[in-house]
Amino acid sequence: MSVLLALPVLLPLVCAATAMLFWRRLRVQRTIAVLTALGHLASTLALFVEVRRFGILVARFGDWPAPYGIVFVADTFSGLMLVTTSIVTLAVTVYSLSSIDADRESFGFFPLVCALLMGVSGAFLTGDIFNLYVWFEVLLIASFVLMALGGERKQLEGALKYVTLNLVSSSIFLAGLGLLYGSMGTLNLAQLSVRVAEATDPGFVTMLAMFFLLAFGIKAALFPLYGWLPSSYHTPPTAVSALFAGLLTKVGVYALIRTFTLVFTNDPTFTHRAVLLGMATVTILAGSLGAIVQRDLRRALSFTIVASVGFAVLGLAVSGGASQELATLALAGTIAYVIQAMVVKTQVFLLSGIVRRLSGSFDVARIGGLYASAPGVAILFLLGALALAGVPPLPSFIPKVAVLRAAFGEGLGVYAGVALLGSLLMLGAVARLWSHAFWRAPMERPHESDDDAPVNLVFRFIPVTGLTVVLVLLGVGAGPVFQVATEAARQLLDTDGYVRAVLGGAR
Amino acid sequence: MTLLLAIVIGALYAGGVYMMLRKTVVKLLIGLAMIGNAANLLIFVSSSVVRSHPPIVPKGSSAVPAPYADPLTQALILTAIVIGFAVLAFALALVKRVYGEVGSLALEEMTVSDE
Amino acid sequence: MRSIILSTVARAMLPILIMFSLFLLWRGHNEPGGGFTGGLVAAAGVILFSLAYSPRAARRVVRVDLKTLTGFGLLMAAGSGTVAVFAGKPFLTGVWWKLAGPQGSTIELGTPFFFDLGVYLVVIGVTLSILFSKAEEEERP
Repeated sequence: MSVLLALPVLLPLVCAATAMLFWRRLRVQRTIAVLTALGHLASTLALFVEVRRFGILVARFGDWPAPYGIVFVADTFSGLMLVTTSIVTLAVTVYSLSSIDADRESFGFFPLVCALLMGVSGAFLTGDIFNLYVWFEVLLIASFVLMALGGERKQLEGALKYVTLNLVSSSIFLAGLGLLYGSMGTLNLAQLSVRVAEATDPGFVTMLAMFFLLAFGIKAALFPLYGWLPSSYHTPPTAVSALFAGLLTKVGVYALIRTFTLVFTNDPTFTHRAVLLGMATVTILAGSLGAIVQRDLRRALSFTIVASVGFAVLGLAVSGGASQELATLALAGTIAYVIQAMVVKTQVFLLSGIVRRLSGSFDVARIGGLYASAPGVAILFLLGALALAGVPPLPSFIPKVAVLRAAFGEGLGVYAGVALLGSLLMLGAVARLWSHAFWRAPMERPHESDDDAPVNLVFRFIPVTGLTVVLVLLGVGAGPVFQVATEAARQLLDTDGYVRAVLGGAR
Repeated sequence: MTLLLAIVIGALYAGGVYMMLRKTVVKLLIGLAMIGNAANLLIFVSSSVVRSHPPIVPKGSSAVPAPYADPLTQALILTAIVIGFAVLAFALALVKRVYGEVGSLALEEMTVSDE
Repeated sequence: MRSIILSTVARAMLPILIMFSLFLLWRGHNEPGGGFTGGLVAAAGVILFSLAYSPRAARRVVRVDLKTLTGFGLLMAAGSGTVAVFAGKPFLTGVWWKLAGPQGSTIELGTPFFFDLGVYLVVIGVTLSILFSKAEEEERP
C-alpha cells in the first residue's frame, strides 16, 4: 500500500537519475521520459482507485509513526490532482518530442521535466508542511532551469522575474514555517489541525495564516501578487509554458485549499470572508481584463490562468461559511474547476504553439485566416477557448455554477456578480482571440522564423487532440465528475477524518 | 540571546528589503540572500535558544538529560540552507547570463519580457 | 597565477581530504557526520586542487563523468529505500544484514548506509558540476 503512495515520486526520481546516466543519448532519454509519464499515469490511476475504495490512505516513511516521521497522505482531492497531473505531463512530454530543439534536449530537458513532475507529485501527497516546502523547492528549481533553458534574452529576463518572486515567496513560506513550528510544536498537517483549533491566541494564528496566504498566493498568482506570471510564462518554448500553465499555479492553489480547509479554519470570517474573498474577486477581474487587452496570444492566455486561479480561490473563500452544505457545494465546484482548468490551460498553450507554427507569429494582430487553412486547429482551439470562458457543454460550466450558487446562498451576491462579470469579460477575450486568429481574412504571413523547417506535426496533434478528448469527456461526464468532486470536498471538510487517518489514536 | 537574535533578524530583513529595492540585479540577489538567512535565523529562534544538551540518549541511560536542544529546527535550517544555496547558485548563474545578454545589470533595462 | 605553496599543499591535501570524507561518511552512521558533509569535504578537496592548478586539471583528476556520478547516486539512494518495500516494510525503512567480520565479529550493514553513500555521490557530483560549469564559462574567450 505504501509503495503506491511513493510511486508518483519515486518513478520521476528514477527517470531523472537514469536520464542523467544517458546524458548524451537523447533517444534513450526521450524513451525514458515517455515511459515514465505513462508509468506515472498508471500509478496515479491505481492510487486513485485505491483511495476511492478504502478512503484516505497514509504511508509512513521509514516506519516512523506520525507525527514523528514524514507521512504521505492521499485523499480523493490529491488523487484527482495527481491523475490530472499525469495526463498533463504525458501530453506535454509527447508534444515536446518534436518541438524541443536538440540543444535544449542535450542540456537536460527530460530529466528536468521528471524533476518537476516529482516535485508536483510530492507536493500533492505530503502530509507534512515542511515537506511541502521541500517539494515546492524541488519543483521550483526544476522550473527555474526549464524557464531559462535556451538562454534567449526574453527568456532570461522572464526567468529573472520568475525566480525573484518565487524566492520571495519561499522565504515568506519559510518564515511562516518557523513561527508555526515555534508556536505549535509540530509540522504534521493533521496534528497542526488539532493544535491550531486548540490554540489560545487566535490572533497569532491568523497572522500565521497570512504568512502562508502570501507565500501560496504568490505561487498561485493571486491579485495583487500575480505580476510575475504574465511577464514570464510566454517566454520559454511552448511545451514548457504549457507544462507550467497546467501544473505550477495549481500547486499553489492546492496548497491554499489544503491549508485553509485543514489548518487555518479558526477565523474564517477574516481569513476566508475578508481576505481570500476580496483577493479572489479582484483576481478574476484583473485576469479577464488583462486577457482582453493583450496582443500576444500566450500573454493573453497567461492572463486567463490568473482569472481561473481567482475562480478556484473564490470557491475556497465561499466555503468558509457556517453552512456545511453550501461549503461542500463551493469546494466541490472549486475542485472540479481546478481539475478541468489544468487540462484546458495545457491544451490551449500547446495549441498556441501549433498556431505559431502555422502562422509564424504569436501576435494576434498578425495571425489571421487560420480557419480556412487549418480548420482542425480552429475547432480544437474553439473548444479550448469556450472551456476557458465556461460555456455550457464544456466542463468549466457546472463548477462555476456551483460556486456561484453557493456564493448567492451565503449572501455574497455582489462577489458572485463580479465573478459573473469576469466570466463575461473572459468570453469576450477568448472570442476576440479566436476571431482574430482564425476567423478574419488571412493575413500576409509574417517573417519566416528560424524554426520553420518542416517537421512532423503529428506528435503535436496527438497530445492536443488527446487533451481535447479528455476535456470533452469531462464535459459529457460532468455529473459523475461533480459527484467525485463533492466526495472530495466532503473529505476536505471532514478534518476529523483526516486527523484520524493520519494520527490514529495518537494526538 | 533571543533579544539579540531578534534584533539581528530584524536588521537582516530590513537590509534585505532595502537591497531588493535598489536598481541593480546583483543587489537584488544580495537582498534575497539576506532575507533567506533572516528566515533561517527566525526558525532557529522559534525553538527557544537555551544552553542545553544534545538530544542524544547517553550510554546506559534511557532518557535524554533534561534541557536538550530541539534537533528538528536544526534539521529544518540545514535543509533550508542547502536549498537556499542551490537556488542562489542558480540565480547567480542566471544573472551572469542576463548580464551577457543584456549588457547591463540595471533592472530598468529588463523590459523585453513585458512588452 | 600559480602559487608553489598552494599547489604543493593542494596535491598533498587531496588524498587526505578524500580519506577524511570517507571517514565522515562511515562515522555519520551513528555519530555526527554523514554523506552530505562527507561529500562536501571531498568536493572541497577537488575545489582546492582546481584553485591551485586549473579547473581542467581538476577535471582530469576526477575522471568519472559527473552526470553519471549524480545519476548513480540518486539511483542508489532511491534503491536503498526500495529494498524495504521488498522486505514488506514501508518505503525508506532501514533493513539490516549481519555479515561475518574477521575473528568472529559481525558487521552490521544496512540500507541507511547505502542511502548515505548515494547522498555522498550526489553531493560530490552536483557541487563539482556547479564548479566546472562556472569555470568553463570563464575559460571561454
